[in-house]
Amino acid sequence: MGDIQFEIDGQTVTAVPGMTVLEVARKHGIYIPTLCHHEKLEPFGGCRLCIVEVEDRGWTKYVVSCVFPAAGGIIVRTRSEKVDRLRKTILELLMAHAPDAPQLVELAKVYGADPNRYESDPSFCIHCGLCVRYCAEVARKNAIGFVDRGINKEISFVPEIAAQYCNDCKECFPLCPTSYLQAAYVLAQALSFSEQGVQTMNT
Amino acid sequence: MARLETPEALESFRQEILSRRDPDSPCVSICAGAGCVASGADEVIAAFEKEIEAKGLSATVSTKGTGCPGFCEQGPVVVIYPEEICYLQVQAKDVPEIVAQTIKNKQVVELLCFKDPATGKRAVKESDIPFYRSQQRTVLCNNIKIDSKRIEDYLALGGYAALAKALGQMTDLEVLEEVKKSNIRGRGGAGFPAGRKWEGSRNAKEPIKYVIVNADEGDPGAFMDRALLEGNPHSILEGLILGGYAVGAHEGYFYVRQEYPLAVKNIHLAIQQAEHYGLLGENILGSGFDFKVIVHQGAGAFVCGESTALMTSLEGKAGEPRPKYVRSNVKGLWERPSVLNNVETWANIPLIIDKGADWFTSVGTDSSKGTKIFSLVGKITNTGLVEVPMGMTLREIIYDIGGGIPNNKKFKAVQTGGPSGGCIPEHLLDLQVGFDELTKAGSMMGSGGMIVMDEDTCMVDVARYFIAFLTDESCGKCVPCREGLRQMHRILTNITKGKGKQGDIELLEELAETAVEASLCALGKSAPNPFLSTLKYFREEYEAHINDKKCPALACKELINFYIDPDRCTGCGTCRKQCPADAINGDKNLIHIIDQDKCTRCGTCFEVCPPKFSSVVKLSGDPVPDPVPEEERTIRKKIKEKG
Repeated sequence: MGDIQFEIDGQTVTAVPGMTVLEVARKHGIYIPTLCHHEKLEPFGGCRLCIVEVEDRGWTKYVVSCVFPAAGGIIVRTRSEKVDRLRKTILELLMAHAPDAPQLVELAKVYGADPNRYESDPSFCIHCGLCVRYCAEVARKNAIGFVDRGINKEISFVPEIAAQYCNDCKECFPLCPTSYLQAAYVLAQALSFSEQGVQTMNT
Repeated sequence: MARLETPEALESFRQEILSRRDPDSPCVSICAGAGCVASGADEVIAAFEKEIEAKGLSATVSTKGTGCPGFCEQGPVVVIYPEEICYLQVQAKDVPEIVAQTIKNKQVVELLCFKDPATGKRAVKESDIPFYRSQQRTVLCNNIKIDSKRIEDYLALGGYAALAKALGQMTDLEVLEEVKKSNIRGRGGAGFPAGRKWEGSRNAKEPIKYVIVNADEGDPGAFMDRALLEGNPHSILEGLILGGYAVGAHEGYFYVRQEYPLAVKNIHLAIQQAEHYGLLGENILGSGFDFKVIVHQGAGAFVCGESTALMTSLEGKAGEPRPKYVRSNVKGLWERPSVLNNVETWANIPLIIDKGADWFTSVGTDSSKGTKIFSLVGKITNTGLVEVPMGMTLREIIYDIGGGIPNNKKFKAVQTGGPSGGCIPEHLLDLQVGFDELTKAGSMMGSGGMIVMDEDTCMVDVARYFIAFLTDESCGKCVPCREGLRQMHRILTNITKGKGKQGDIELLEELAETAVEASLCALGKSAPNPFLSTLKYFREEYEAHINDKKCPALACKELINFYIDPDRCTGCGTCRKQCPADAINGDKNLIHIIDQDKCTRCGTCFEVCPPKFSSVVKLSGDPVPDPVPEEERTIRKKIKEKG
């Protein structure tokens, strides 16, 4: 009832209204790479790696599958020359910051991305926002947030909240694709937590 | 005066205002827009008030500070009614003469009138000035007639008649149909048909809907929205109420950047006044239609002009775009149907309802109807705001209205559409201005910024400048925009510094493609335009920078050298005295020499060398000739030998 049918990579798939193309693909075991997506979190659409080609009534467009709603009759291609090229550039841009992040290294092999293509600026955070969103949406503590804008944007712990909750939680740690989050946490702890916090770190 | 309960009451109130005004008694309008205030309009207004009082004319002569009429280059602008005598560059010291001559004796002060540089003739009325003659000012024209703090001024000119007509004689659907029929396209960006946007919201299931004014104008050099907000806020408010009525919204928002404090103040005042007269609030003009308006001040981030970012910001969150493929007119502010239009679009609505869609569509091209306000800036004689019918050519705008390029320089390109627009070269000057025409040429209408560039402008540097602006203004949420623009900026900067490499153009093209195709919002998607359009039309400049380390426009500091032509130098010493780096060697009667190692390429010597000598030259890509040998440096000796 109310099922939607469309095509992904030649395979006919079914979905219920409200599902995204990425959800449908995963349900059918079709792989689309993602970096900022997490099943427990609201779609963010920041990394743009899950971009796919969609043919809709004769028009071809490029959309990110994590937010694009499934629709009847569309034809989705998860790999095409252009999709691969866009993913390659996105990976190369991210690797300028975190050349050794395991997820990026793996994906770079698939898409032939050259980690040294662009001038490097190792800041390690790739702004996927998983930590920020997890803390807000699942842990509901808002101990970490984004500050500033554009290329100056970075993640930052709110010391007052972090000192209180983070030590016992740390659920965001394994989500971070570059391990930068742990470093940021240790830094925040050292700089601004209470004396007790500093001691915990030292012992 | 109490609330106006019916459209008829509004009409009789209007008649009452008009009856209190003698159309023959003199009125002095002084532009109090930002540009004119910067050149002293406030002092001029005060001087007029004082002088009129001193001469005992207060009872018969009125004075008002008004909105911007557009001719900013020649401000402060003063227009004296009923004769419509227009004086330019008026200073406080001119005021007694104007009062004595023009107001008392009905004589024109010729010296203050516009002088046509071509013919030397003076233009007495505004409409005689070439800058205004070719314009068609339907939206801007009332600015100079209105004291934006007085609703009576707007009412006297027929303000809120469209609202009375809509609420009294038209159904909400009829208002929508009229706007649809007018084919008006949004004046703020891509030019989406406003009527269709409205219809989408109207038909959306969710019963609570919103209408929003996008007053987040942030393009460098653009101030059309500002002029309307400051000069004629009621026209935008009236448009918004009409939109609310047509769409079925009972709440409207003004999203104004707080960098426009006067605009914020004037809108607040306009809302208060409209509420006072029952033109806003509950049961407007007795029609049963309720509508309230809230003003929100944005923090001035360029990205907040993007529709979803603006709405996120209105909701009180960081102004970042949302990743959604459902249009805002169906799911926008607080997930509810929201019609977002730009200031100029809303200001056109009362005109469409009042005069009809047929009147509106009688102006313009097949696909772009009505007039468009442009902010004409850069290397152009007449800087200012111009309103022209769609379809006018760039050449007409730049030469007939703008007065061409100053200092006998050659036109090179015009950048339209704001930072993410594109540069249009000379061979396309006869392009008719319209949404689709500009897009086809690799640029866009955007909100209507027009930056004219002359031969001294380096197009690679222009691309670098706009990409730098957008890199700064990117919200940083998505990778292609945040990271891609940053890398584009780096590569472009390197090229302008002479550090460009083979393959840089291709790398830039790849980054541009990724930003265009994969960015989350319109800022990122359109950000590569400055690069793409300059590459399309000025590729040879990119190649000259990369291959020959040469800047053909002689603009990129790292790629030029200054050199004193020994045959032209008179040893006057002007350049030597002003060189901040002590890089110039010379003396009286001695040919001056620039020490290239000490020179910081600031260009002071080039600027100050008297034009009759013009002995300082810029070189790029060519070696600097060896300095004149010491024995040949004495200027007198050289003349003797030659003689």
